Amino acid sequence: MITVSSARKNYGDFLALDDVELEIPSGSLTALLGPSGSGKSTLLRAIAGLETLDAGVVCIAGVDVSREPPQRRGIGFVFQHYAAFRHMTVRDNVAFGLTIRRRPKAEVRRKVDELLEIVGLDGLQHRYPAQLSGGQRQRMALARALAVDPQVLLLDEPFGALDATVRADLRQWLRRLHDEVHVTTVLVTHDQQEALDVADRIAVLNKGRIEQVGDPVSLYERPANDFVMSFLGSVARLAGHLVRPHDIVLDRDLAVVQRDDARAPSSPGVVSAAIERVVRLGFEVRVELRANTGERFAAQITRAEADRQRFVAGETVHARATRPLDATDTDPSLAI
Amino acid sequence: MTTAIQHREDLTVSSSPPARPAGADPAPPGRRLRAPGRALGVGVVGLWLSVIVLLPLAALTVASLEQGLAGSWEAVTSPAALAALRTTLLVSAVVALVNSVMGTLIAWVLVRDHFPGQPIINALIDLPFALPTIVASIVLLSLYGPNSPIGVQLNATRWGLIVALAFVTLPFVVRSVQPVLIELEREVEEAAASLGASASTTFRRVVLPTLAPAIISGTGLAFARAVGEYGSVVLIGGNLPRETQVVSQYIQQQIEIDRPVNAAAVSVALLSVSFLTLFVLRLWGSRSQRRQERTS
Ligand SMILES: Nc1ncnc2c1ncn2[C@@H]1O[C@H](COP(=O)(O)OP(=O)(O)OP(=O)(O)O)[C@@H](O)[C@H]1O
Ligand SMILES: [Mg+2]
Repeated sequence: MITVSSARKNYGDFLALDDVELEIPSGSLTALLGPSGSGKSTLLRAIAGLETLDAGVVCIAGVDVSREPPQRRGIGFVFQHYAAFRHMTVRDNVAFGLTIRRRPKAEVRRKVDELLEIVGLDGLQHRYPAQLSGGQRQRMALARALAVDPQVLLLDEPFGALDATVRADLRQWLRRLHDEVHVTTVLVTHDQQEALDVADRIAVLNKGRIEQVGDPVSLYERPANDFVMSFLGSVARLAGHLVRPHDIVLDRDLAVVQRDDARAPSSPGVVSAAIERVVRLGFEVRVELRANTGERFAAQITRAEADRQRFVAGETVHARATRPLDATDTDPSLAI
Repeated sequence: MTTAIQHREDLTVSSSPPARPAGADPAPPGRRLRAPGRALGVGVVGLWLSVIVLLPLAALTVASLEQGLAGSWEAVTSPAALAALRTTLLVSAVVALVNSVMGTLIAWVLVRDHFPGQPIINALIDLPFALPTIVASIVLLSLYGPNSPIGVQLNATRWGLIVALAFVTLPFVVRSVQPVLIELEREVEEAAASLGASASTTFRRVVLPTLAPAIISGTGLAFARAVGEYGSVVLIGGNLPRETQVVSQYIQQQIEIDRPVNAAAVSVALLSVSFLTLFVLRLWGSRSQRRQERTS
């Protein structure tokens, strides 16, 4: 378990971490999610000891490591740009942490072989980092970090430098790896898709503060405030309420739209709106509308629904949110 | 473990295609188009090097053989010539070694530390390049000469030679290491630290090997420059035969006493030694360089 309490970090008079409290349970895969400059890397580096806090305490496995250098925190760290040792082969890179600990050669060999197999680089052990693709380099960096049996694995945007397909593959792979290895993992990302995809817990950061911590579903369904809501997915403003675009029903028939009231009784009223544009995005369809109050919003409907209704730009339809998502600050289980 | 390994198979397959640039196909048509351009490049470089380096060297070699191979051999192996060669190589080797350490240290301080006046120090490094070397000699003589204000007299000693040569060769290692050090990501050192390496281990096993090609190449240049140096040693060295007389001074002396063939022969010997040293260092440096930049 990692505990961060009252963490504060200033760069000059800029407050990068503002009284951060965070608990990361053992064996979890926690994502630190937030926009650029929100302090994610600063927090992660403070846990690693690569950055010193101005105030606050970091405990790893119950031990206060606030004064310990990174060498003595039992961590593994993976950087966005791989930080490979370019003059060493893949094997020597992975073996580095063990070699400097003067572990017996046979043990090093066995451990490195095992790790190379886990990360899928067996057969490439004699290559140099320059001879690997970005994804392979990052898997090498991961193996290198895991070689020293860290208590916690810290990843700072590990897939940020890779293209979209490789990134998606690697995060699936990381999730499976985590299910095998079970090392407490903290993953920094600014990509909400990535966080929702791999993490079992997400901590949302904004301007050096933690806005909300929770599992992906509760964060998405019950965001603690407007920031979390709009950061975790797209939102539309309908009759003064924030809603997810896929939670809007559209129909030409007012009765159909109203009929759903029984299912979502607390939902705001029906809005009539003119369709400005219909955009097909593969399996879903985005309908851009302008309410008669002048407010613009977008609804997301399925392709089947779109085929059935055949909306065209210019016509007027009725819209209603089936599931208003306004900030639930009242829910104590989500507030921090 | 098994699942991870199984999944890895499909991952490897799906992740490698986008990682390979499209232009890496074997023998793309563009390669043939480049051939005339390459020939032109090689031609221009060859011509230029011939005019300014190779032909003069050939002429010099021919001149040195005017009295036959035996004559040149005798000229080179005469006790005075040998002594001058020995002094030059010894002093240059010491200077090159000192430079490799001090130059790296200076580059480190200039890149990694921040202190007031740093830009001035940084600009100062190039000064030995800008000064006529005879001025260097005068400057050093005023501090370490017979009227030394600090009571250190190095004139007409090998220490004097070393100080003078260290002065003129100062920029080589500094300026070749500096850009590599700037390029070296801090994250690489942080990665080593996170893996448990102490600062000194990180320096020895991670930083130094990365800097090695630059240090070697800078040291080679410093050595070559020291071997060929004349102006800066002319005053402070004292030109004592067998003691502080360097090859360049010996050659000058041979010309003054009208023995141009001897001068040419010793020059060729000096050239051969310098070339061999540079060649070996370059080979060594580029081997460790290639390891880091090799592409598949
Ligand atoms: N060494 C530094 N000196 C001054 N300011 C810094 C330094 N490091 C970070 N900051 C500032 O602290 C804030 C938080 O930085 P941090 O790197 O933690 O952001 P981040 O959430 O990781 O962003 P990104 O997604 O862009 O990496 C930023 O506004 C940044 O400008
Ligand atoms: Mg960051």
